[in-house]
Amino acid sequence: MEAPDNFILKVSNLSVEISNQSILENLSFRVKKGVTLAIVGPNGAGKTTLFRAMLNLVPYKGKIEWNGKVKIGYVPQVLSVRDLPLSVKEFLSFKREADFDSVLASVGLDSKAVLDKSLGALSGGEMRRVLIAWAIVDKPDVLLFDEPTSGVDIDSEEAIYGMLRKLTAKNKITLLLISHDLHIVREYSDYALALNRCMVFFGDSKEVMNPETQKLIFGEPICREYGEGHGGSINL
Amino acid sequence: MAEALIYSLIVGVAVGFSAGYLGSIMVLEKMALVGDALSHVALPGLALGVLLNFDPLIGAFAFLFVSAVLIWHLSRVTKLSFETLVGAAFTLALAIGILLFQDLEALEEALFGDITKVGLIQAFAAIVISIAVIFLTRVIYKKIVLGLISEELAISKGVNIARTNLLYLLLVSITVAIGIQITGTLLVGFLVVTPAAAARIISANLSRYLKLSATFGAISAISGILLSSYLSVHPGPLVVISGIIIFAAAVIIRWRRNFAP
Repeated sequence: MEAPDNFILKVSNLSVEISNQSILENLSFRVKKGVTLAIVGPNGAGKTTLFRAMLNLVPYKGKIEWNGKVKIGYVPQVLSVRDLPLSVKEFLSFKREADFDSVLASVGLDSKAVLDKSLGALSGGEMRRVLIAWAIVDKPDVLLFDEPTSGVDIDSEEAIYGMLRKLTAKNKITLLLISHDLHIVREYSDYALALNRCMVFFGDSKEVMNPETQKLIFGEPICREYGEGHGGSINL
Repeated sequence: MAEALIYSLIVGVAVGFSAGYLGSIMVLEKMALVGDALSHVALPGLALGVLLNFDPLIGAFAFLFVSAVLIWHLSRVTKLSFETLVGAAFTLALAIGILLFQDLEALEEALFGDITKVGLIQAFAAIVISIAVIFLTRVIYKKIVLGLISEELAISKGVNIARTNLLYLLLVSITVAIGIQITGTLLVGFLVVTPAAAARIISANLSRYLKLSATFGAISAISGILLSSYLSVHPGPLVVISGIIIFAAAVIIRWRRNFAP
């Protein structure tokens, strides 16, 4: 038996309806402290809605319990920063004043070169790195990251996931990320939660690539009954 | 006359500075025309002041204030953008204002401003109000920018977007009401739009953008008022022309930067 305080998040019987349309149905899972959980599924599967429910941005039924007072960081998929006259330094100080040199160095950026640059002048890869720096600069306990590599070429994708993984491990941050790429999920996360309106898979991310699971994830939504997931023990 | 000039310069600096500062948000929110159109809503208020013999500026502020609250409320109920609602409100206000003004001279004063009527009280009020506006704008600035980056992110950080927008609209109303003295209702919108637009062109970061926007607002107001006193014409159009010269200079600076070897 796991000690109950080993879980940072417990979700039970979570359902979300938006404009009378069911987006998530009866979702139950638990997340251990310090792990990386990848949420995968096709478009419209309810991945971002799950984040929104966790952040209390949409009404939901069921229970979302955080273990104690947890500081939650959130990076949405779409950030409209390109049109703003905002320097990297100003963007980071929105979160917290800190030693930006070392924060930027930890995401592989030279602060001399980028700190005073306008966000609009950054390349796609630089922008994603700045976003990671921004996500970790105020040291959250849990980080919800929606598509960490959207708008980045495939070559840089792995580097960014690798970096995110390393930084969250170093800072003991529990990482919940949304991704489309099952290969990335297998390589860079501990657990995977596959959604297709309801939960179709929850368990070790190494097993998310098996053909049956993939069919369930990307096929017609079939809501199957699972026991409550236990962050690792698979209840398939 | 010299005294009136000094008072109007004080009002000009105060209004130009706070309008520029506040207007920087409008340009970021892509709501430049909201500030411009909202200013015309003051007209019926000014007319009532003239008709019923009270300070027209109080009437202007009351009308701006009520319209701002109404527009804010309607945008929440109907989900229409501020731009659409202000667009509908300002033409109505203009129509009512023109109908209410029986006296053409008073209408002219309302439309174009009259700095000879600016005295010690108005100058003092302008300074106090501008300081308050800048202080309050500073309080909401970060929240507004966070909301522009991502509304969800701002809400998840506890920002009440609706309340912030309401406060912002009220600040615009107050600033526009005091700005009317200098430029009149027809041109006061300029002060919230053009200085910020010029600053935006040549700013890579927020702090420079804010400082330049406020400074350009103040410079446009001072130069316009000084020129108008020299040429004995309405200051409003000259404030606008001074501001446009700054805008053109900013465009040239940006253009040279873009094509610099």
